[in-house]
Amino acid sequence: MMKAYPLLIEGLQVIIVLLGAPLMVGWVRMLKCWLQGRQSAGPFQPYRDISKLLIKDIVLAENASWIFRFAPYAVFGATLMAGSIIPIISVDLPLTATADIIALVALFAIARFFTALAGMDIGTAFGGMGSSREMMVASLAEPAMLMSVFTVSLVSHSTSLSHMAHTVMEGTLMLRPSLAFALMAFVLIAIAETGRIPVDNPATHLELTMIHEAMVLEYSGRHLALIEWAGMMKLFLFSSLGIALFFPWGIAVADEAMMLPVALIALVAKLALVGLLIVLIETRLAKMRIFRVTEFLGSAFLLATLGMLSYFMLE
Amino acid sequence: MTLLPLGPVFLSILLFLFTAAITPLFAGRPHALVRVSFLLSAAASLMALAGGFFAVSNGAVDTMTLPIGLPDLPFYLRVDVLSGFFVTVVSLLGLFVSIYSIGYVKGFIGQRPVSTLVVFYCLFMAGMLMVLISDDAYSFMVSWELMAASSYFLVVFEDEHASNRRAAFIYLLIAHIGAVLILLSFGVIAGFASGFESFNGYTFSAMRSSTITPAWASVAFLLAFFGFAAKAGMMPLHVWLPEAHPVAPSNVSALMSGVMLKTAIYGIMRVTFDILHISSWWWGGLVLVLGLVSAVMGILSALMQVDLKRLLAYSSVENIGIILVCLGLAMIFASFNMSVLAALALVAGLYHVLNHAMFKGLLFMGAGAVLHSTHERNMENMGGLIHRMKWTAPMFLVGCLSIAALPPFNGFISEWLIFQTFLLSPVLPSPVLNLLIPLGAALLALTAALAARCFVKAYGVVFLGHWRGAHQHGVHEAGLSMRAGMLLAAVSCLLLGVLPSFVIRWLDVIPQTLVGGTISLSAHEFGWLWLTPVSAGRASYSAPIVFLGILLVVAVVYMIFHARKTSIRRAPVWDCGFGKLTNRMQYNSTSFAMPLRRIFGFLFGIKEVARAAGDPALSPMFMDRYIYHLKMRDRIWYGLYKPVSDASFWFARRVGRLQHGRIQIYLLYSFLTLIVLLVFA
Repeated sequence: MMKAYPLLIEGLQVIIVLLGAPLMVGWVRMLKCWLQGRQSAGPFQPYRDISKLLIKDIVLAENASWIFRFAPYAVFGATLMAGSIIPIISVDLPLTATADIIALVALFAIARFFTALAGMDIGTAFGGMGSSREMMVASLAEPAMLMSVFTVSLVSHSTSLSHMAHTVMEGTLMLRPSLAFALMAFVLIAIAETGRIPVDNPATHLELTMIHEAMVLEYSGRHLALIEWAGMMKLFLFSSLGIALFFPWGIAVADEAMMLPVALIALVAKLALVGLLIVLIETRLAKMRIFRVTEFLGSAFLLATLGMLSYFMLE
Repeated sequence: MTLLPLGPVFLSILLFLFTAAITPLFAGRPHALVRVSFLLSAAASLMALAGGFFAVSNGAVDTMTLPIGLPDLPFYLRVDVLSGFFVTVVSLLGLFVSIYSIGYVKGFIGQRPVSTLVVFYCLFMAGMLMVLISDDAYSFMVSWELMAASSYFLVVFEDEHASNRRAAFIYLLIAHIGAVLILLSFGVIAGFASGFESFNGYTFSAMRSSTITPAWASVAFLLAFFGFAAKAGMMPLHVWLPEAHPVAPSNVSALMSGVMLKTAIYGIMRVTFDILHISSWWWGGLVLVLGLVSAVMGILSALMQVDLKRLLAYSSVENIGIILVCLGLAMIFASFNMSVLAALALVAGLYHVLNHAMFKGLLFMGAGAVLHSTHERNMENMGGLIHRMKWTAPMFLVGCLSIAALPPFNGFISEWLIFQTFLLSPVLPSPVLNLLIPLGAALLALTAALAARCFVKAYGVVFLGHWRGAHQHGVHEAGLSMRAGMLLAAVSCLLLGVLPSFVIRWLDVIPQTLVGGTISLSAHEFGWLWLTPVSAGRASYSAPIVFLGILLVVAVVYMIFHARKTSIRRAPVWDCGFGKLTNRMQYNSTSFAMPLRRIFGFLFGIKEVARAAGDPALSPMFMDRYIYHLKMRDRIWYGLYKPVSDASFWFARRVGRLQHGRIQIYLLYSFLTLIVLLVFA
């Protein structure tokens, strides 16, 4: 029984990631509709979208290679793997030890690598443009992300996610300048990585400015469903990663069954808040020109490096 | 019975030399020559591989004295764990490339004499192995020159283009400037080893036990470091590398990029860690800074390239930079006597040496297969090869994933170890270093992300999409032996990525002898599944579980969603109703790198001209043609090398006035010199 408990939690977490991600996206869309005075389709619309896409037939471009067909599975697999590492409901997951924060960033990088390759596979201008831009955003966001999480791991003397969450949880509520910088950088990066306004617009298919949607323009049917689902999970995971690193209070610690409901409620409340924050940002800001994104991410990179520097210099 | 490691290595060198020597016997039978000679060199590599592997796993030191060369100056040979490791790297890639070469070199038959390629290939391999096992300055320099000269002839193999000859000349020039610096460094150390009168100071063992003053140790270090760095292709001494590596035959480029650069890394390690011992931290700081510059500038330059092999060559500059970063960190920690951290940094560096040999060898072999089949190096004319080269494409993809540091492949392991080293860096007693280490981690993270971008571009433009060039008849899959060579390298990339703890346990003896620290005790208490460099609480990574996890998830998802019978219909790409999609409308290498040119363009000299041609009165909005010119200049070449070469030409012309071509005047010069010498003697 003692052995089975962590595995059970792990399984539960995977299910939460799989099922919670569309709900969170639905929540964000619903809030956005309300704020913009439109009528929303309810928080469950993403489930209907995914199941619709899963039923539909696939239309493949004539020269699509195996990369194009393999990419959705790789993207989905890598993202789900990332979802089983981040301490979302419990800090002591069995899989958190297998991969640390560096491996987590690399898992997201695998997903991106394959999406970008798939974008170039058909040989349309849109796909290549999307890949080029996505990799541009990533090549600036990924180092910033690493620097931001490294600051947390310097503070907690570990790169293991569960240790980092533990340390931040047990630490006093002291305002560390390094963590403040890291958090600011992390928010900017999370916006860029999940393709939200002001960096990318997940709702557009018509603009020349689109990034992520341009890469996956040729996808259809279950391939598209997997990619969309993985995208939703990415938003969910970045939110919960931010929660685990900077606001871990409430995540279950020991093997106590009693802690789980509390952890779940805390998770739902925090994610709802994150969703609200996203909607506020997206409603207040307009999408940036593509080359302003570099300034945006450059400042994230600088903030993160400042955080690390201030750890070495001040703490 | 312990196997003595020097014997197999020595025999393998002899076998290489023998292979070079029997080449004339095959005059007129090039097919037989290629088959026999490369099989023999594969066998020789295998022998050296065994020697090198056992040298490291036994931790043995094996020496030998060869009474050749000048009287009283015999060659001293020695294999210890450090040279054993590098022998393993050289011979492992040598084995793969030799197998690959059987098919690759066959393509040259009938076009040019393959026997020169065979001879110099064998001499090159022998030279690299000799560099690694020589134990005195004299035999080291002889082997170093053998390696440099034979690779010069390999670079100039396709000598009908003036640009190839120029590239080879620059290569030879910079190799020799480096060799002079190395020689001077050995001279300084040997002077302290023996006093200047005795002959025995030239052996490394005498140098090791010499007491050298810190100031002179620094001089020797600087000379050796810059000498070796010129060979390693460190910025700003890299200019020969992107010229020479692309023009060499691809099997040779694989060896040059994959392992020849590593002999220079070996030299740096031998001199700093073994012979001189590190005395001050700024040595490491210098290596770290130059390594970071090479890493970032190397990958940025790689991204700007349109020539596939040039791109790979610049990426070698990047990877050498990463290795130098590790060495720099190791030197910093060693100078503060933090032996465990120094060991971790060294293990990261050595692991990256091995990794880079594998994936860069693989990528150059893949580029060779592409070149062989398309006769094209310019990526702007390629595309869609995944449909025609069904074997090469996935293997090249493995290389791209490895070099982009993505799990479960090997590049990720060394990147992970390097980041761990950075994160474990405590507060050091120097404010400069405390500033440098976070910046270093930031730049390294940037490098890794840019590398991913670079290889998405390389793979996407070469293998995906449609063919961009004029014609594509004759594009075919590589032959059996070429595929075998690539497959072996690809499999080692995967194995090195999935089973890192075995490799680390094997090479852990090297930091133990060099810096007195080891990470093995902490790394292995949790078994082979786990990579825990310091303690499980600080960091752990289980490559096999991550690999199996991804595999499992992908398989399960595939099974679940693929089981349902949905039809897959093939249809033409939606062309937005224009019906005029052509292959030239795809994103190509230049356009893919365009955002980067805007962000980092200030580092390069970029001249971009775009204009429309056609009659504007006819249709002002839709021109007939757009003409786009892009010129990239390597600022280092124009800022650093051009002035020097111009000045030396200027000086040579001035000196040239002494030459009149008349024997009387030359006799007069000799006469005057004698008079002057007599007067001042």
